[in-house]
Amino acid sequence: MKILTLNFLTCARKACKATNAAFPLHPRDAELEIVETDLNPLFIRNILPRIEWDALREICVELGLPTLPDAAPEPAALFAEPIVPADTMQDADEGAEKQPTQLLQDLHRLLLETTIATGKLVCGNCGHEYAVKEGIANFLLPSHLV
Amino acid sequence: MPEYLVRLVQVHESFRKAELEALAELAGIEMEFISYSEDSPFCIISLPSSDAAARLITRSILSQGIYELWGHGPTYAALHTSLRGLSPEKWSPHRTSSFRFTLDSFQGSLSPAAQRAIIESFSYLPLDGPIRMKSPTLDLCVFEAYELHAASPRSVYLGALVAGSGRAAKTTFDLKKRHYISTTSMDAELALVTANLALAAPGRLFYDPFMGTGGFPVAAAHFGAVGLGSDIDGRSIRGKGGRDVRGNFRQYGLEGLYLDGFISDLTNSPVRGCMGENGGERERGAWLDGIVCDPPYGVREGLKVLGLKEGRGEGRKDLTPNIREPGYIPPKRPYSFTALLDDILHFASLTLVENGRLAMWMPTANDEDIELAIPTHPCLKVVSVCVQPFNKWSRRLLTYRRLPDSEVDRSQLIPKREHGAGIHADELNDFRRK
Repeated sequence: MKILTLNFLTCARKACKATNAAFPLHPRDAELEIVETDLNPLFIRNILPRIEWDALREICVELGLPTLPDAAPEPAALFAEPIVPADTMQDADEGAEKQPTQLLQDLHRLLLETTIATGKLVCGNCGHEYAVKEGIANFLLPSHLV
Repeated sequence: MPEYLVRLVQVHESFRKAELEALAELAGIEMEFISYSEDSPFCIISLPSSDAAARLITRSILSQGIYELWGHGPTYAALHTSLRGLSPEKWSPHRTSSFRFTLDSFQGSLSPAAQRAIIESFSYLPLDGPIRMKSPTLDLCVFEAYELHAASPRSVYLGALVAGSGRAAKTTFDLKKRHYISTTSMDAELALVTANLALAAPGRLFYDPFMGTGGFPVAAAHFGAVGLGSDIDGRSIRGKGGRDVRGNFRQYGLEGLYLDGFISDLTNSPVRGCMGENGGERERGAWLDGIVCDPPYGVREGLKVLGLKEGRGEGRKDLTPNIREPGYIPPKRPYSFTALLDDILHFASLTLVENGRLAMWMPTANDEDIELAIPTHPCLKVVSVCVQPFNKWSRRLLTYRRLPDSEVDRSQLIPKREHGAGIHADELNDFRRK
């Protein structure tokens, strides 16, 4: 499971979803793996505003990954020529041709190449553990938690 | 605006117009239908330029190509008249370029001699370049449309090829050649059309909550989108013997566009912000550009969600310590299909970004009183409804657009409907009773 995916998931229990403690899920006994993939600047640019940055920072600290800045970077900082205007799809096409910055490459490494191969994801509210095996997390709940 | 002829394919007729409209929206092209019929593979549209025509058709699955319309009429005499009235600007750039003529007849055929006679009848065109049957600069095609069993065509067209379509992907993604499929894998052609209707494109994130062997995320990835999926059955994601969802992406060189697969149930989904705790409002930002899915209808694939069947398992409560064991499999119960459709719409309304799309398949009986209504949601506007008929039933591809919050009628946001209680699959599923 990639670090980006983790940013989109909470505890599956309905009772937990309403609480802030259920997000993000906390990795425990996590075995990390780097799986190299092609750089996708357009995707990172579009997905950046949708990331819960504070949760991402928290996860990085818990996993012992390099510390992130306090606030999410501006999309303009992803490319060497910072002339990408606000978020429209057409403008993004131009952005793809610009030179990616180190920041973009670092985000790519963190979000799309760093994966949790095995381990557990723990809800901060109820303490339920979701297992991750072979990179696939299992969010099925036993009947007494449904 | 100049007119173009789209050479459609004569299958999945009700999907063709919807696909062209989706592609025009995706490319930001102004398009107008001049003539279109479900019984004809020749469709006339108007577009701003040939450049726009090429951009429009490049991803199309249900067409073969787009042609600049040079002339048309009910008979050859009328075609020649309209061709003579054509401005010389059309062919002046082609005066010396290589060219060829081909003939494309629908519901009719001609002997080689008759074909030759028709092609020769265009000899007055000022084309002085060499004839080249392989990759000519100017590729002219005569289209004839016949009524069934008629002796002469009801209309004829002459067009110059602008660009071919993306239909080759149908063969590339053919299920027969895919390493990993299951009994309910969606046909490659329709999966690609679904991705087109949902506007899959580079930089976008697409999710399939019933991914199975990953057919829809793969189709979305073909158009450049990043695919994410989940399924209640972990075995389908993990695969067996080296054949798994990731392997399917790898087979097509799309591994970089596979985000993740995880095991989850839509009614107890771990996806952030999908429950709408605050009376159906979004609480964290939406993050999906598109949702494509073929939910289990409860016919070939059983429809189950997490939970205990009523009246079962009361005596087993003491087994809860077992959940710590690695091989634990949570119990599941049958679920109503109509309730599931409502759940999908609710999920989509909370997780799709503005103007993001949901493309979802649903079955319906052809003849009977059990007409399943198209489910609606105040936040989602129906964009298109396409039907694939089978013998006694058919299935529909429903495409919705997430309205911007400012356009949503708040008064329509009602609490979730209660669905008829039932214990067995047959009681829960009207469609299955067929």
